[in-house]
Amino acid sequence: MVCDADLKKLEETACQIRQDIIEMLLEAKSGHSAGPLGMADVFTALYFGGILNVDPKNPNWPDRDRLILSNGHIGPVHYAALARRGFFPVEELKTLRKFGSRLQGHPHAGVLPGIDNSSGPLSQGSSIAVGLAYAAKMDKKKWQVYCVVGDGEQQEGQTWEAAMFAGKHKLDNLTLLMDRNNIQIDGFTENVMPLEPLKAKYESFGWHVLEIDGHNICEIIDACKHAQSIYEEPVMIICHTIPGKGVDFMEWKPEWHGKAPNQEEATKALQELRTLKGRITSEAD
Amino acid sequence: MINPNAKLNPKIFTSDIEQKPTRDGFGDGMVLAGKEDVNVVGLCADLADSTRVGWFQKQFPDRYIEMGIAEQNMMGVATGLAMAGKIPFLSTYAVFCPGRNWDQMRVGVCYAKANVKMSGAHAGLSVGPDGGTHQGLEDIAITRCIPNLVVIAPADYLETRKATYAAAKYVGPVYLRFAREKTPIFTSEETPFEIGKAITLRDGKDAVIIGCGPLLYNALEAAEELTKEGIDVMVVNNHTIKPMDNNSIIEAAKLCGAVVTVEDHQIMGGMGSAVAEVLSQNCPVPMEFIGMKDKFGESGTPEELIEAFGMGKNSIKEAIKKVISRKTKK
Repeated sequence: MVCDADLKKLEETACQIRQDIIEMLLEAKSGHSAGPLGMADVFTALYFGGILNVDPKNPNWPDRDRLILSNGHIGPVHYAALARRGFFPVEELKTLRKFGSRLQGHPHAGVLPGIDNSSGPLSQGSSIAVGLAYAAKMDKKKWQVYCVVGDGEQQEGQTWEAAMFAGKHKLDNLTLLMDRNNIQIDGFTENVMPLEPLKAKYESFGWHVLEIDGHNICEIIDACKHAQSIYEEPVMIICHTIPGKGVDFMEWKPEWHGKAPNQEEATKALQELRTLKGRITSEAD
Repeated sequence: MINPNAKLNPKIFTSDIEQKPTRDGFGDGMVLAGKEDVNVVGLCADLADSTRVGWFQKQFPDRYIEMGIAEQNMMGVATGLAMAGKIPFLSTYAVFCPGRNWDQMRVGVCYAKANVKMSGAHAGLSVGPDGGTHQGLEDIAITRCIPNLVVIAPADYLETRKATYAAAKYVGPVYLRFAREKTPIFTSEETPFEIGKAITLRDGKDAVIIGCGPLLYNALEAAEELTKEGIDVMVVNNHTIKPMDNNSIIEAAKLCGAVVTVEDHQIMGGMGSAVAEVLSQNCPVPMEFIGMKDKFGESGTPEELIEAFGMGKNSIKEAIKKVISRKTKK
C-alpha cells in the first residue's frame, strides 16, 4: 500500500502531467487530448509509483524494465511523464509536433530518451512487448515488460495474434495495461464495434485479467504489484478510465479524442487543473 | 566474355550444372549465421519446411519460434526480440511478408531501425502451379520504398547463402527474396558478395543487362547466344536493390549506351524502375524492361510461365536487339 503522504505527491504529479499535456497541445495546435489526460494516473503510477525499474540517467540500461506504448496517439502523456521523471528537460515538452523536435506527433524510437518503440498505427505494441518478454525469458532476465494499449485497437486482428502467442508461452513477465475509456474516433467503442466481454476474451486466451479504476493511483500500483506475483500467465490490467479526465468539458466526449484545445479552452482547462491541484490533500494535512 | 573476377562456376554452360533452389541458401545461411552468433533467432509462420527455416530449427531448437499463421504478430515479435539484442530472421512467403505485414515492417521495424531480417520465399513466378495468389511479384516495389531498409534479391543458391549470412552481420533491417524452384548455381564459393556492391558477371560493350535473381542465368545464356550474332552484351548482377550500387550502374550504362533490366517481378516499381530512376538523372540511355507487365500470374510450370509472360531467354534477346536499335537511331 502507498502511504498517504506519498499518495498526495503522486496525485500532484498526475495533475502536473495533465497541465503539461494541455500546455503541450496548445503550443502544438494539434494532437489528442482525451486519451493522454485519461492515462495520466496510470503513467504516474508506472513512473513515480515504484513500478518501472528505469534510470533516467541511463535510459538504455540493458536490465531496465521496458514500457511499450502501443496507442502512440497518447504519446503526450508518455512524454510528460518521461520529462517529469528526468529523462529530458521539461522545457522540451513545448516542442511537441514541431519541426526538428524529438517529440514527434507519434513516438519515434531512438531519438528521445525513454522511448523504445515507434508507434501510431495501432495494435503493434502488444506484439513488440510479447517479443521483448519472450527474449527476456530466453536469456533468463528478470526485467519486466509493460505495455500500454488502447481499447479501440482491440478491434485489430494483430492484437489477438499477440494475445494467443503470449498465452501459449505463459509470458508471466508481461503486463498489459488497457486504457478502457470506451471512446474511439468515430464514437463509443460499443457502438462502433463492440469489444466486450474483454475480460472473458483475454481469460480465454490464457491471460490473468484484473479490472481496476484507472484513476485510483493506489489501485494501479497494487494491480501492477499483483501482476508481478502471477505465475505462468501474462497479465492484462483493464484500467477503466474517463477520457479527458480532469478537464470537465473534455470528459466523456469522443470529439476530444483527436483535438487540441484553443487558447480559451486551454486557459479554462488549466484553471480547472490548478484548482484541482490546490484541493489535493492528504489526511496528514 | 565472362568476367574472370566474378569467379563464376566453370561448368556454367554445361548441361550438368548443379541446381538448387535459392531458398536452400537461406536455410544453410541461417545455420551458418546461427553457429557463429547465439543471438540469431528463427521465426516461422507455419512454413518451416518450405521456407527452409526448419533447417535452423533442427540445429537450434531453443532459438526457433513457431508463430503460427500470424505474420503481423511475427513482425512485431521480431521487433521486440531485436530490441532485446536478438538477430531475428522471420520467414514466410513473399506474398505474406511484406504482403501481409507491411505496416509492421514500415513502422515497427524500419522507422525504428530495428535489427530484423525479413524474408520472402516463393517470390516471383517460380511458385508455378500454386497460381496468381501465391506468386509474389510486388515485394520489391513495396519494400524498396521504405527508408532504412536493405533489399536483396540473390541470384542462386550460393549467393543466397552468402546474402543471408551477410544480413546477419549487417546491423539494421534487411529484406531478402527467394524463389522456390531449383535453378542453376552459376556462381562459385569464390564469387564475391557484398551488400550494395553489384557484380559484373560478363563484360560487353553493345548493351548491358542489369538483373537480379535466378533469371540472371537466362540473361547470361541470352548474352552468350548473342555473341554468335556479333552482339557483345555485358551482364551485371544487381542483387542489392537498395542501397543500389549507383556508380556501377551508371558506369555500365555509359560504357554500353543501352540497358535491359531483368527481374521476376512487376516492372512497375521493381528493380528495373530503381535502375531507371538512377539512369534518368545521371546517364539517360535507351532502356527495355523484362518483368511482369502489370498482370497477375496463373498456374503452370515455372518454365511455361516465364516464357508466357515474356521473361525467358528469347524475350531477353529480343529486348537486347530492340534496345540496341533504339541506341543507334539518332
